[in-house]
Amino acid sequence: MLAYILRRVGQSVLVLLVVGLVAFAMFRFVGDPVDAMLGQERTQADIERLTVELGLDRPFPVQYWKFLTQAAQGNFGLSYRQGRPVTKILLERAPATLELAFVSGIMALVGGIALGVFTAIRRRGVAANVIMTVSLIGVSLPTFLIGILLIYIFAVELKWLPSFGRGEVVRIGGWSTGFLTESGLKAIILPAITLGLYQMTLIMRLVRTEMLEVLRMDYIRFARARGLAEKSVNFRHALKNTMVPVITVTGLQLGSIIAFAIITETVFQWPGVGLLFINAVQFVDIPVMAAYLMLISVMFVGINLIVDLLYFAIDPRLRLDRGTEAKA
Amino acid sequence: MTRLTGLALAALMASTALPATAETLRWARAGDSLTLDPHAQNEGPTHTLAHQIYEPLIIRDMTGAFEAALATDWAPKADDPNVWVFTLRQGVKYHDGADFTAEDVVFSINRAKSDNSRMKELLSSVVEVRAVDDHTVEFVTDGPNPILPSNLTNLFIMDKGWTEANGAVEVQNMDAGESTFAATNTNGTGAYKLVSREPDVKTVLTRNEDYWGKGQFPLDVSEIVYTPIQNAATRVAAILSGEVDFIQDVPVQDLQRVAATDGLVVKTAPQNRTIFFGLNLGPDDIANDNVEGKNPLADVRVRRAMNLAINRDAIRQVVMRGQSQPAGIISPPFVNGWTEEMDRIETDVAQAKALMAEAGYGDGFSIQLDCPNDRYINDEAICQAAVGMFGQIGITVNLDAKPKAQHFPLISSGGTDFYMLGWGVPTYDSEYIFNFLVHTRGEQRGSWNGTGYSNPELDAKIVSLSSETDLDKRNATIADIWGTVQDEVLYLPIHHQVLNWGMTDKVGIEVSPEDDPKIKYFTMK
Repeated sequence: MLAYILRRVGQSVLVLLVVGLVAFAMFRFVGDPVDAMLGQERTQADIERLTVELGLDRPFPVQYWKFLTQAAQGNFGLSYRQGRPVTKILLERAPATLELAFVSGIMALVGGIALGVFTAIRRRGVAANVIMTVSLIGVSLPTFLIGILLIYIFAVELKWLPSFGRGEVVRIGGWSTGFLTESGLKAIILPAITLGLYQMTLIMRLVRTEMLEVLRMDYIRFARARGLAEKSVNFRHALKNTMVPVITVTGLQLGSIIAFAIITETVFQWPGVGLLFINAVQFVDIPVMAAYLMLISVMFVGINLIVDLLYFAIDPRLRLDRGTEAKA
Repeated sequence: MTRLTGLALAALMASTALPATAETLRWARAGDSLTLDPHAQNEGPTHTLAHQIYEPLIIRDMTGAFEAALATDWAPKADDPNVWVFTLRQGVKYHDGADFTAEDVVFSINRAKSDNSRMKELLSSVVEVRAVDDHTVEFVTDGPNPILPSNLTNLFIMDKGWTEANGAVEVQNMDAGESTFAATNTNGTGAYKLVSREPDVKTVLTRNEDYWGKGQFPLDVSEIVYTPIQNAATRVAAILSGEVDFIQDVPVQDLQRVAATDGLVVKTAPQNRTIFFGLNLGPDDIANDNVEGKNPLADVRVRRAMNLAINRDAIRQVVMRGQSQPAGIISPPFVNGWTEEMDRIETDVAQAKALMAEAGYGDGFSIQLDCPNDRYINDEAICQAAVGMFGQIGITVNLDAKPKAQHFPLISSGGTDFYMLGWGVPTYDSEYIFNFLVHTRGEQRGSWNGTGYSNPELDAKIVSLSSETDLDKRNATIADIWGTVQDEVLYLPIHHQVLNWGMTDKVGIEVSPEDDPKIKYFTMK
């Protein structure tokens, strides 16, 4: 058991190191931060001085090593763009992204399951077919277009919801939340829909397929034959048995909601880490890009690690296999 | 008794002169200020925000003309042409109540000249700054510098006591990985005080009720809420939906839409920025063309032909939707040295073809054009249009458009032979253009000159400008240098950019050529 966990953790660390290395190798092609940092008035001497000061004249394995040793101590350096510690900036921005991911995740889950069950039960109904068609459109439209469309309808034409930002936020310790003010709650609606729409249609289609599958099973037929109420059959017996794959997929999708909120955040000027990353790319803010990429890979690797360990805990066969292998 | 009535009267007058309005201006633009430290970045949006909080000795008003700020008078010293004397405004207080004195000016200028400052290039001619008394400061330059005041319009004055007390004497040091107190806190003399700031999210400022300029400026806006909105469509949506009152950077394709909306106004003015192509004409052979063993761009006839081939009116009509001013010179119109005559240029494809044939390139050649795609208004589209125009005279242009972060290093490193560049002139004087774009590339001058052009005689003339105190003589030299630049066709000018600001009809302000709204000038209906 311990050996297995150690091996998995070791593999994860290796993956992180490789991701970092690849990222660092790529930064050389993103552009030169020196030109972005120095204004129009810079001289050739300034360029050389700053290049040395930032350590950009050294080969990238050396830069990477410096980054790693500092990151190991929790220091991601100073943002070239803002001149403030990267760790601090990331911590400031994280609540916005996490809240957005949370709301759109809940929305995708609740909406997706409800619609999935509905379309499975009323498979031949008009409403179910309309929902299925609309969901196809939802899944094929690019995120930024959905965002701009929503802004146009709900902000410009109807003037119901704000078109950008987070509204008023309340600070609780180091966390800033938009959940406690009216403008904050209003502001999260459009970005959450934009971000969650794809996941919602995905979950809906998954639930629908699983439901259709389960509804064909013998035990459902027997339940019906026993004269159980339709509601009880659908929700207590059928839905429950579709949940396992749905939860697995949702867990994995949560990672991508956080990691790929970039477009939604840019369209809605949502002050999260995605927007921060886009700005960093444009400015060639290497410390921020490096920290962000490491953070995202830590998150994905972490989720995968947890999933692996959960399998191990849940499925006794895995343990047994390992055991026999070891003995043999 | 008389003194008391006098005081009461003064108080009464002051209160009537006071703008009693409580108006909030919600303001959005594409980019945010990078830092609150006034000497840490030399960049437009950063200075624009700083101008609301801090003040330099002299500012440019909304038309671009000099206006007294913390200095009331300035002139070269009568008996020493190397010294500028500034008389400082009396009775000015910082937001924390400290007095503004000559000591602060000396301190701030020295801070701006320090190694980590990004403003030091503007002060390269300043040898020493000294306080003569509490309200007089002398700037000693390394030779006579007639245009020193125009270098000071973005050099903000900080309080010495406050900066020292908070350990912010050193401008941020990237290498040490430390951020300074001044990057996130302010204490200026300006018309607005900082209330709160979240970078890239929101900055709130409130009117400084003790501002020295009360009664002199409108100061109608009592609170400023400044939000950067990067996405152009979202920015336009924000003003259409009434969530903001004032936006900079209105995209050209949405101008009609904004202007046609009830209660919204679009205002337009030429910007202090000219867009042009640079040509690597110096070397004997260049890498990015198909001509072996020689450099077609080195032949002035080829450069003239290329200049004649660009149809600037077509670019204006089609690419810019009327939002540009065709240019024949790489200087914006209000810069000292600009003439209408030089700014005029006709398209003549027939003559261009004849010149190409005369130069021995009748069959044309091919070359790569490097172009940014996220820096200037419609930059990539302009390049695409130009590709077709050069095609008409036989030059096959391969366009390589990329983000500015990759484009500009090409110019610095000499990795491009044909490139797009835009240039603004904060000093409003041609010397600035010559220093960066015409002088041979070297340690101190010519850092943006990617043409490889080197003319020692011309260099000497450019250097002489910085110390020539006889303005007529100086202007004659400027005209002379422009003559050579135009004859040699060092650059192919395209147009002067035009600025568009969108606002509700409540807001009264004209567009400034620097794209730097100073809110104290705003009136609110």
